[in-house]
Amino acid sequence: MIEMLKPEVTGTEREGKKEDGAVAIEAKNLSVFYGEHQAIKRVSMKFPKHRVTALIGPSGCGKSTFLRSLNRMNDEIPGCRVEGQIFFQGMDINSPKVNVFEVRKKIGMVFQRPNPFAKSIFENVAFGPKNHGEKDKEKLEYIVETSLKKAALWEEVKDRLHTSALALSGGQQQRLCIARALAMNPNVLLLDEPASALDPVSTGKIEELITEFKKDYTVIIVTHNMQQAARISDYTAFFYMGELVEAGETRQIFTNPKQQKTEDYISGNFG
Amino acid sequence: MNKKLADRLATAVFYFIAGIIIALIAFLIGYILFRGITVIDWNFLTSPPRTSRPGGGIGPQLFNSFYLLVITLVITIPLSLGAGIYMAEYAKKNRFTDFLRTTIEVLASLPSIVVGLFGFLLFVNYMGWGFSIFSGALALSVFNLPLMVRVVEQSLSAVPQDQREAGLALGISRWETVKKIILPRALPGIITGIILASGRVFGEAAALIYTAGMSSPNLNFNDWNPLSPASPLNPFRPAETLAVHIWKINSEGIMPDAQEISAGSSAILVIAILFFNISARWIGRIVHKRLTAS
Repeated sequence: MIEMLKPEVTGTEREGKKEDGAVAIEAKNLSVFYGEHQAIKRVSMKFPKHRVTALIGPSGCGKSTFLRSLNRMNDEIPGCRVEGQIFFQGMDINSPKVNVFEVRKKIGMVFQRPNPFAKSIFENVAFGPKNHGEKDKEKLEYIVETSLKKAALWEEVKDRLHTSALALSGGQQQRLCIARALAMNPNVLLLDEPASALDPVSTGKIEELITEFKKDYTVIIVTHNMQQAARISDYTAFFYMGELVEAGETRQIFTNPKQQKTEDYISGNFG
Repeated sequence: MNKKLADRLATAVFYFIAGIIIALIAFLIGYILFRGITVIDWNFLTSPPRTSRPGGGIGPQLFNSFYLLVITLVITIPLSLGAGIYMAEYAKKNRFTDFLRTTIEVLASLPSIVVGLFGFLLFVNYMGWGFSIFSGALALSVFNLPLMVRVVEQSLSAVPQDQREAGLALGISRWETVKKIILPRALPGIITGIILASGRVFGEAAALIYTAGMSSPNLNFNDWNPLSPASPLNPFRPAETLAVHIWKINSEGIMPDAQEISAGSSAILVIAILFFNISARWIGRIVHKRLTAS
């Protein structure tokens, strides 16, 4: 029986002084089934506020499935069933009474392959706020500019905001998708292998952004790149075959893992 | 034979076959246009036909073809949008949906004369609307609807799934995603499909012979009151269209210049079809360009 370890939170050594020890989102005995197949097996873990937590593990281990449960995106998959609880801002978001659209406003997601809308750059970023009721033109322009700056894309596109987003390069499109998610001003940002479809230079830019995001958001990132996890995350959780094997401070996971499986994966013995 | 020779031979054969097909189409269209183009003038396009004297035209028939097309589109576009959106975005992937899709495919391949006779039984006789634009438009709608539903469904399905995910992840509902992200993206395909389907409807004859009829009353183009019997807009009057007129002239035309009128009408019909096809692709390309790289 593999132990579930909760991440240790020691406030003193952390950068970023905001609300040390606070939990942004917590999964409790979360299980996800695709039909008869159980993809996530009773995972419990806490995600600290204003920190970057990386989910690592070999292909098919369920890390993306787990990530997608955090903003109820698995609802969209026919035949998918979720058991267990996910606590966010004092409520279990898996409860049927919860307004899933409100949840997704506060928990944003960026996907593996950039998926900008076939609209202008401005329209892409303004899309979220516009659809949730923001009509003031100046406010929208402000939101678009701020979000694009936070995604380090503003300088490159400020003179062509009304041209099609599909004309941007892959790395730019992904930063646009990040800006689009940031425009909603979420509490939590879920990143599903955001740089895996990008070249190393774009990847580097996005990694820099993630480190900046900690100040304003809680970041949970799925990555199959262990070095990336080691570079940018404060906490790391190792998944294997749908189970959470080990979770803890990144430094500890990568230098002194407590589970043999974790050690094997980190050393590249499999996966 | 060696591989290089076989490859060259295969390429040559394919080019040859393509050449035959292009030559066939060019000959067909060229022959029709050549025979009919001399007949076409303003008088031909606007004056009514004459039963036994030379010099008749196709004015009312041309108008009827367009009018019927417009009414058919008004009926089928909303219905096919609804059905297509249902099939592409909401229907669960189960055997019932597959069955539905097969049914639509079968409807789309019904012979148009069968649709026409069905229309005759239901609209002309049972409902009592007689030979009329209304009966004709409904018959054309039965004929056109499966095609349009397929066009809408395929255009929507062609939009990548990640667009839907992107929308949902921003906290908007499925309908909003369809309305604001998926439909706009599918628009070029839908528009192209509608225009191509219009071309088919415009040239349809068999479905209309027994529904819209083979006669057209004297139309008073100054009277636009849809309720008046001589008005062109009256939907309950018989309305012979261009394609039906061609058929009628060739089977029972007794005017001395029947052959010329038939040739001219055919040329107009072919020109109209070419126009629909070319503009469909042109408009589709423009809309697509604006969508993706403006």
